[in-house]
Amino acid sequence: MQTNDPSITWVEEPRLGLAGKMYLPLIVQGLTTTARHLVSKKVTVSFPEERPQIGNPLIYRGVHRLNKDEQGRVKCVACFLCATACPAHCIDIIGIESPWPDREKYPESFTIDELRCIFCGMCEEACPVDAIELTSLFDLTGRSREEMIFDKEKLLSVYDQTKDAEPTQTAQLAAEAPALPPSSGGAS
Amino acid sequence: MGTVLVNGVEVEVADDERLNGIQAAARAGVDIPRYCWHPGLSVVASCRMCLVETGTRNAETGAISMMPKLVPACQTPAKAGTVFVTESDAVKKARAMVEEDLLIDHPIDCPICDKAGECYLQDYHFEHGQKERRADIRPFTSRRRDLGPTVTLFVDRCVMCSRCVRFGREVAGTSELLVINRGSDEEIDVLPGFPLENKLSGNVVDLCPVGALGDKDFLYQQRVWFMKRHRQVCTHCATGCSIWTEENQDHVYRVRPRENPHVNQWWMCDIGRYGFHYVHDAARLVGAERRDGNSYKPIEWTEATAELGPKFDEQAKRGRLAAVLSPFLTVEEAFLLARWIRARDVDAMLAVGPVPVEGDDERFKSGFTIRAERCPNRKGIEAIVRHPRGELATWEDVLVEADAGRLAGVWITGGYPKPWVDEAAAGKLADVPLVVVQDLFGSPLWEIATYRLPGTAFAEREGSYVNANHRLQSVDWAVRPPAGARVEGSVYWQLLGMPGLYKSRRVLDDLAATIAYFAPAAEIVPETGVQLDAAAAQVSAAPLLASGS
Repeated sequence: MQTNDPSITWVEEPRLGLAGKMYLPLIVQGLTTTARHLVSKKVTVSFPEERPQIGNPLIYRGVHRLNKDEQGRVKCVACFLCATACPAHCIDIIGIESPWPDREKYPESFTIDELRCIFCGMCEEACPVDAIELTSLFDLTGRSREEMIFDKEKLLSVYDQTKDAEPTQTAQLAAEAPALPPSSGGAS
Repeated sequence: MGTVLVNGVEVEVADDERLNGIQAAARAGVDIPRYCWHPGLSVVASCRMCLVETGTRNAETGAISMMPKLVPACQTPAKAGTVFVTESDAVKKARAMVEEDLLIDHPIDCPICDKAGECYLQDYHFEHGQKERRADIRPFTSRRRDLGPTVTLFVDRCVMCSRCVRFGREVAGTSELLVINRGSDEEIDVLPGFPLENKLSGNVVDLCPVGALGDKDFLYQQRVWFMKRHRQVCTHCATGCSIWTEENQDHVYRVRPRENPHVNQWWMCDIGRYGFHYVHDAARLVGAERRDGNSYKPIEWTEATAELGPKFDEQAKRGRLAAVLSPFLTVEEAFLLARWIRARDVDAMLAVGPVPVEGDDERFKSGFTIRAERCPNRKGIEAIVRHPRGELATWEDVLVEADAGRLAGVWITGGYPKPWVDEAAAGKLADVPLVVVQDLFGSPLWEIATYRLPGTAFAEREGSYVNANHRLQSVDWAVRPPAGARVEGSVYWQLLGMPGLYKSRRVLDDLAATIAYFAPAAEIVPETGVQLDAAAAQVSAAPLLASGS
């Protein structure tokens, strides 16, 4: 692009007075911020004695859980969409034919490598049946790498642990709009 | 010659080609969507997806007169002067209507449908369908029905293209599948007591444009988009069907036919399709071993390749050497081993390994043949064994020689998916002082070997096979061999002291220059293979094997 191009607008640097040249307005501005924080409410907490408050636990992206349906079965249908969406390749599923008549397949094994996970929430976005969700549990610790590879039972137990505080998305939707048209459930 | 006009693009069509609109459009680079039409089956024009506008161009005046209604492209012959318009508003509207009609009661279970990712209904819906769903029926599950030992039917996913029914009637000739009921109640089914049970049954799953027919062997094993496919050749019979071997992370999940007009057209048999599981058998041999008295000691592969040369040289002074070339080896591997053993002993005996035969050739209605000879490369190995003297020794000849104590060292290659050698044969070789065995599974022979070298299966090899009709096809490797096993070709490559990694193409160049039979493979081997000269298989005019190796 040429410097004489008509689409270029030339802007002049603002001329500073004596105070501006001595940085006075900026010093006052900075000190005001410092002073405001001196008197405002403190946000730092002494973890782990004190637990931080999480703004909205429903949208927080912490440890995963595998949701259960009304009958206590794993909700997952082993479609692999979470594993497909996962940018960190941390989800490993083995799907087999399900023993229940209303479902075609289910995960025989479902493992998430929590150390490899980047907690982006893509798995939750991809899931067509709201089976995988991220909870507000953030203090994830373990003594070995193996311990941090969560299997199906562990992920289901996270659901039991968090289901009361954090209802599933399906439950939230049902609470908001109780008059959702029921699905016909197929010809069978 | 004639000129067909597709969306204003001129396409040349020969008079004797008998192309339809879809094929003519493909030459112009236009893909006409279709469900029911398949190049290998008869035309029924029932899905109405390939509706296009058509007309004729007057050869003299150049004036184009169009037909008032849309016609199915699959049923419209492309002759000189035929005009096709495939992207007009009327055509697009017709396609959207067909898509909507098919999706009215199609279960929306794509996430759990095995076809998702390679489903025509999905692809065409994104390309040609409507954005919104007007029907308020929302089926989420499909009824399931078993059709036979290999195939299961998801009844409600079917779009009634009848490809599977026509396949049974026209290609397999067994006609198990049929359409029952009428109108919107139409379903695919089999008659009671006559399940879908023929040796080509797996093909209907490939033919199915949607997820209605499921392969029980592959069902729920893997999502299709995770798999990478590799060009290979089926090694289960001498037909040598072109196949795609589909794998993910070094595990083969399925094998599908690859179109090859010279060998298998679009089909393959169930023996090959479901026979690949031995590749991942837990009983596969791993880890090279050397005999030490009555037991075996594990050795490093580098150690083995370093000491085998001197060992065979030593034995060559005491008597004759021999190499048994299994018909499961690629021609490149057989050539390298033959060259290596002849470099140790110019007079070394070369023999073709046992050729497994089961029953008789089975010929189907379309001409597709399953050969009784259950190995991929007998013709190729024989040509190498015949070179340069023209004599053809067999496995039995080796056993006779060994039994008579005339052999000082034998190299035996196996690679058979099924047991192939019995106690009696192994007993005859027991007194040979140096026996190297390369095989997939344990056998009586494995027990008497001096060196045990675990071999590889078809999915792990690269190279070329020559089928029963003298057609040579080259393949790529699909998966890496299990830890502790090494590809035969790379072992021989190292034994011969050749630089770098094993490259089968370089060996094939050598082979084509050495043995007249393989001369047509000298340049590039196309994906569909090259035809070798059957007459050249009998004679070998080239000079003796190149020295210096």
